[in-house]
Amino acid sequence: MHEHHLILRVVTKIVVGTIILFAFYVQFHGDFSPGGGFQAGVIMAVAFILYGVVFGLSKVKQVFPVWLAHKLMALGVLIYAGTGLVSLFYGYPFLDYTVFDPEHPTHGQHWGIWLVELGVGVTVSGVIVSIYYAFASRTPHISDEDW
Amino acid sequence: MIETTINIILFVMLVVTALAIIRMDKLFAVVMLSGVFSFLSALLFIVMDAVDVAFTEAAVGAGITTVLMLGTIALTARTQKKSPKFQLMPVLIIIIIGVALIYGTMDMPNFGDLNSPANTHVAAYYVSNSATDIGVPNMVTGILASYRGFDTLGEVAVVFTAGVGVLVLLSGLARRRREDKEEL
Repeated sequence: MHEHHLILRVVTKIVVGTIILFAFYVQFHGDFSPGGGFQAGVIMAVAFILYGVVFGLSKVKQVFPVWLAHKLMALGVLIYAGTGLVSLFYGYPFLDYTVFDPEHPTHGQHWGIWLVELGVGVTVSGVIVSIYYAFASRTPHISDEDW
Repeated sequence: MIETTINIILFVMLVVTALAIIRMDKLFAVVMLSGVFSFLSALLFIVMDAVDVAFTEAAVGAGITTVLMLGTIALTARTQKKSPKFQLMPVLIIIIIGVALIYGTMDMPNFGDLNSPANTHVAAYYVSNSATDIGVPNMVTGILASYRGFDTLGEVAVVFTAGVGVLVLLSGLARRRREDKEEL
């Protein structure tokens, strides 16, 4: 089906890894540089969407199964809310990150922000990949000339 | 001075892109041009020092939206329907709304105004205290994830709900069609 587009396929193979690496950078370096969980989640999803657009839906579904995308959607919200519940459990207000290091509140803030941003990123990447699957699964294959 | 020049160039390019989108008939080109539109807005956000917003605009507006719009026109049609003749009513409505919007911007504070409502309430507190309270260099992350952590939890819930909504709408329809076929 995809015997043509040689350049696109080669470039995609090179670029996808870099995009994923950049997503991790934005995710875990978001408190020092621009970006954060939302942007990282989108970039992560973009890597898989690019792979799917170039190599076809069935190939990307082998790498990133549909059930995983659906589970990630909920998992992120649970990570976020769970962070709040941990602080509640230890007697602090909901989402008060002091709980993670009461001796050094700013360290606690770092841990809390790290966890919360992870939750945001997981949910966003799951949602965007799921939406892409939902759209693309319904689309019949169109040959290049039809565009 | 150089910032003003860049702003003017970017805004001119935005307007040109918008005009090109209006004149196009091929929806594929329209989708690509709206991606260009998003990238230009992202550049404008960078000039305004809103790097986080620019980041999001470039990734979501130019990347994801373009792919989703491509999926949509693959499902529907590739060319725009010709409108039958010139109609006065839509033009009038657009002019009235445009004038109202421009009139509305007269009351808005200038860009970067120190006395604007956005800068006089909690923003000053965030700017002066986030270094000691949170100790995170990117103040935007500090505000979103810590000061306003509960709001962000709500936003994540909204993203989750939107995803679930899309899944229910699209996959539900596919299942109904399959059942219809089986009945036939």
